[in-house]
Amino acid sequence: MSNTDIRGTLSLARRLKGWLGTGLLGIGAFGALLSLGFLLFVILREGLAVVDWQFLTSYPSTRSAERAGILPGIVGTIGVGIASMLVAIPIGIASAVYLNEFATNSRTVSLLRASIANLAGVPSVVFGILGLALFVRALELGSSIMAAGLTLGLLTLPIVIVVSEESLKSVPNTMREAAYGLGATPWQVVRHHVLPYSLPGMLTGSILALSRTMGETAPLILIGAVAYTAYLPNGPLDSFTALPIQAYIWAFDARPDFQALAWGAAFVLIVLVLIGNLAAILLRDRYQRRYRW
Amino acid sequence: MIGIDSVTTSPDSSRAIFSVDRLNVHYGDDHALKDVTIEIDEHRVTALIGPSGCGKSTFLRCLNRMNDLIPAAKVSGRLEFLGQDIYERRVNPVILRRKVGMVFQKPNPFPKSIFENVAYGLRLEGKLNKSEIGDRVTKALIDAHLLDEVKDRLTQPGTSLSGGQQQRLCIARALAVRPEVLLMDEPCSALDPLATSRIEDLIIELKKDYTVVIVTHNMQQAARVSDHTAFFYLGELIEFGPSTDIFQSPKVELTERYITGRFG
Repeated sequence: MSNTDIRGTLSLARRLKGWLGTGLLGIGAFGALLSLGFLLFVILREGLAVVDWQFLTSYPSTRSAERAGILPGIVGTIGVGIASMLVAIPIGIASAVYLNEFATNSRTVSLLRASIANLAGVPSVVFGILGLALFVRALELGSSIMAAGLTLGLLTLPIVIVVSEESLKSVPNTMREAAYGLGATPWQVVRHHVLPYSLPGMLTGSILALSRTMGETAPLILIGAVAYTAYLPNGPLDSFTALPIQAYIWAFDARPDFQALAWGAAFVLIVLVLIGNLAAILLRDRYQRRYRW
Repeated sequence: MIGIDSVTTSPDSSRAIFSVDRLNVHYGDDHALKDVTIEIDEHRVTALIGPSGCGKSTFLRCLNRMNDLIPAAKVSGRLEFLGQDIYERRVNPVILRRKVGMVFQKPNPFPKSIFENVAYGLRLEGKLNKSEIGDRVTKALIDAHLLDEVKDRLTQPGTSLSGGQQQRLCIARALAVRPEVLLMDEPCSALDPLATSRIEDLIIELKKDYTVVIVTHNMQQAARVSDHTAFFYLGELIEFGPSTDIFQSPKVELTERYITGRFG
């Protein structure tokens, strides 16, 4: 007869290994969460001490920390954000659709994919140098919102391509087959099915990538974003400042009351990024329910 | 090859719609179809049977050049549709697929309304006006035995239908463009027995106006619906002939072993 008793305890070694494994995973998860929470807490506390209506609606000042504000920074960051969106999203989506739906030569495609992956790993300061040489100087756009938007757009482009390809891959092949089977041309398959079904996912991923890029500082320093400005940009070819630049300048000011303003700029930057992420998530939730297969 | 006599002669006097001569398909190093020679008759139901991976789906997808979508697939040999070699350079697969429609294993309606699903193929060429499209959608839904169940909810999503209804919607969608041939790749494998029998009835009725080529794993289904049956094994066409002969007195031992369930 075999032993059929199912009661009893496991060996100490087995139980210990289980506790240890679960414990380590938990420490990792909570550690990451805690340090993130601490960061947010400090920014919240220090930032709220500075941020008020006056701060949000005033221009930077070199003399009085009391009267200094970040209106040009907010406008500049939003302007650069829109400009880089206009660069990265259309080009990124077009590249992803071409690579995923049309390109047939698998060697060219894998070469292109490898280049894109490598491009995604290029440090942002390198893109800054490119932006300075190409957009600011060679194309004579100057230290403008346009030059910064093109630079940050290029910086985000590889990520936009990768997330767009992911979204395209999530469209079931059965949809493509159904359309081809009815005599649709490759372009009709993409235009009528693949694009509409994958666009929400592509936009969500792109916005998440771009809102992260909005915090980039190094490329903006190289492009030549101004530190102090007493007016708002008049158009895309005008000079500008941006929130990360503002935070950077204030953080290195010798006067403590100006240093405190850096927290305020950081706080506003985080709020803008969160708004971007929230928009992306709402967009996803709204469209995710539309398509079911 | 074994069973060569039954392969080369057409089982009866009806006109051949597909004439296939030594068709080979390679997927990279994988030789998926080997020297398949067969004639498929017009207005008949031809069943393709055989164990998984035997090449029957590959063969089906050659008939409307769906294999073009797989970059690694290399097709050689001659495959004529009504006397024209469909792998000839000047043939446009987009036009071919208007004549040779397809229904897939898993019902795959578009995430559009029932009406738009059926109308989709009709809009592709941009030649029909609104009322012509409406008429043809209605006709296709009648022919696919679906109209009575959906006539009050044509604007609802096609995906809201049951599995069997979705598959009949996909049949209606294919019929709406008025093809000559309907290719069906295991159309009932995702359906329950009742939905399956409705589709089988439909297939038998469809051969009045269409030629049907159906891949199936279900031996009873092949026997019930088809006029001719082709048995594939490891990429080769082993035996082809009238279904009654294949199922009652197969000439090749391998066929007999397969249909009696002794392997596969």
